[in-house]
Amino acid sequence: MIGTVTPIVTPKIEWLALAPEIALGAAGVLIVLAKALMRRRPGVFGLSIVIAFVGVMTSGAFIGKQWVDVRHGGPFTTIRGMVALDGFGVFLGMVVLIATVLALLLSIRYLQREGLDAPEYLALMLLSAAGMLAMTTAGDLVVVFVALEILSIPLYVLAGFDRRRLTSQEAGMKYFVLGAFSSAVFLYGIALVYGATGTTSLTGIARFLAGNTVVHEGVLYAGLALLLVGLGFKVAASPFHMWTPDVYQGAPTPVTAFMASATKAAGFAALLRVLGTAFGLYKADWHLAIFGLATLSLVVGSVAGLVQRDVKRLLAYSSIAHAGYVLMGLEAATARGFAAALLYLFVYAFMVIGAFAVVLLVGRRGDESHDLDDYRGLAGRAPMLAGALTFFLLAQAGMPFTGGFVVKLQVFAATIQAGQYAMTIVGVLASVVAAFYYLRVVVAMYMSEPDGAPTPVLRIDPATALVLVAAVAVTLFIGFLPGTFLHFARDATLIFRA
Amino acid sequence: MIAAVTGNYYLVLAALLFTIGAIGLLVRRNVLVMFMCVELMLNAANLTFVTFARMLNDVGGQVIVFFTLVVAAAEVAVGLAIIVAIFRRRQGATADDVDVLKG
Repeated sequence: MIGTVTPIVTPKIEWLALAPEIALGAAGVLIVLAKALMRRRPGVFGLSIVIAFVGVMTSGAFIGKQWVDVRHGGPFTTIRGMVALDGFGVFLGMVVLIATVLALLLSIRYLQREGLDAPEYLALMLLSAAGMLAMTTAGDLVVVFVALEILSIPLYVLAGFDRRRLTSQEAGMKYFVLGAFSSAVFLYGIALVYGATGTTSLTGIARFLAGNTVVHEGVLYAGLALLLVGLGFKVAASPFHMWTPDVYQGAPTPVTAFMASATKAAGFAALLRVLGTAFGLYKADWHLAIFGLATLSLVVGSVAGLVQRDVKRLLAYSSIAHAGYVLMGLEAATARGFAAALLYLFVYAFMVIGAFAVVLLVGRRGDESHDLDDYRGLAGRAPMLAGALTFFLLAQAGMPFTGGFVVKLQVFAATIQAGQYAMTIVGVLASVVAAFYYLRVVVAMYMSEPDGAPTPVLRIDPATALVLVAAVAVTLFIGFLPGTFLHFARDATLIFRA
Repeated sequence: MIAAVTGNYYLVLAALLFTIGAIGLLVRRNVLVMFMCVELMLNAANLTFVTFARMLNDVGGQVIVFFTLVVAAAEVAVGLAIIVAIFRRRQGATADDVDVLKG
């Protein structure tokens, strides 16, 4: 006799929470399918572009709906807490999606001019973005891990997408080896945390830590440290930044822009969520580690940038320093600090993509002219581009009346309010040092002439112009009227904290 | 008399494997060997998951291993493709040859 079989209870799924990821994933799969069916017929790249943008727009519409729902109905979790939909996740999802749209716009002309116009590029970018979205709403360490891989694996390919260029190949390989290493470290960290707490759910861990004493505290601490290492790699925080300059320099420029903006936002989403939700009680323990990471990132990013001659490399070090500023918000460990970190990621996405849009055009065909010498006298040859790059660099340095100033101020204010004066001082000093290397590029563009015959600069195409205008507009808007966006970010954190 | 093999033995073994993998990745120069080291690290994490699942009497930890296997397979596919692309260009794949980018 067979005993009564208990039916398997499947968890309830709130499809709206997954809709943005599904839309992006479906668009990615459709593009691969179109390529497989149409092979080398002329329209295939155009069709892929259309599919990509329809996918991104659909995803954006779902995220908008999520925002409204979360505002009115409150945050909720679904699939047994695997996915946590709250203002925090939706806000960073928006950042990721905006960065994806801008990176796609930059990519199209780039791919055509480099003869790389393969639909697979677009599919990979969409799939990577789907992983990033999953990361922003992950409610379980296993989901964080799987999302981390979904976002990383396409990026390894994208970094090495220009197969003919040695530097691109090299970037792909270096990113792959170190990325795989950091994923393995992260996974082992999950295993140890699971062993210590008996669960991988973020809220489950928090509940366990609140109600029980951990028998083997060493295992828990080791696990937490490994989680920090794994995520530190992804957000390019020092001392886990070794790959950043090489990969940012070698990868195709639109991919670099995508990595600097979207990947950073997704990585920080996981970092803030893991530390804020799961290990909120252990604040005293991770606090010092974050202080160390932030300080090192600020120092390394600002000082090592001073000696760089390659502008993409320089922007890579600047991106390490910016990771340090976002970490300052986390270091404050208050609702205000988290809001500052969110707003920082939002503004940084625009500033960095704008800067790379100019680098993309100055780089010319071949994507190799990124030396500081190539920027000499740019103001004479292309005043618009020189002006735009100057604006983005000054905004990144924290010039008043730009978004870069507002977010730096927010981060500093958050650390002061939390009584972390040492952190504030490091941040202020680092921004003074970093201003030097931003100004070096500006000086090269305005105050020096090229040695030989001036190299012609590519014309600005409509898509790139759109990216530049959008980036300038948003950075300026937040600089003058930060109020709306501040409330936006603060709401996002409040829901997340609730 | 044979001492009972407790879960701790497996945990220590996994920790050793993970360390060997991590050190191997840092000191070996052949990309394929570095790649194998990553696999070793992932499987060390798997062993840890299974052991803890057994000790905690919770099936969740064993399910995670399936996710890891899928991820590792995807990583292998992409990683080998990147290595092959590099092989074609320069007839060799040691990490020391790949040194255009520095500074």
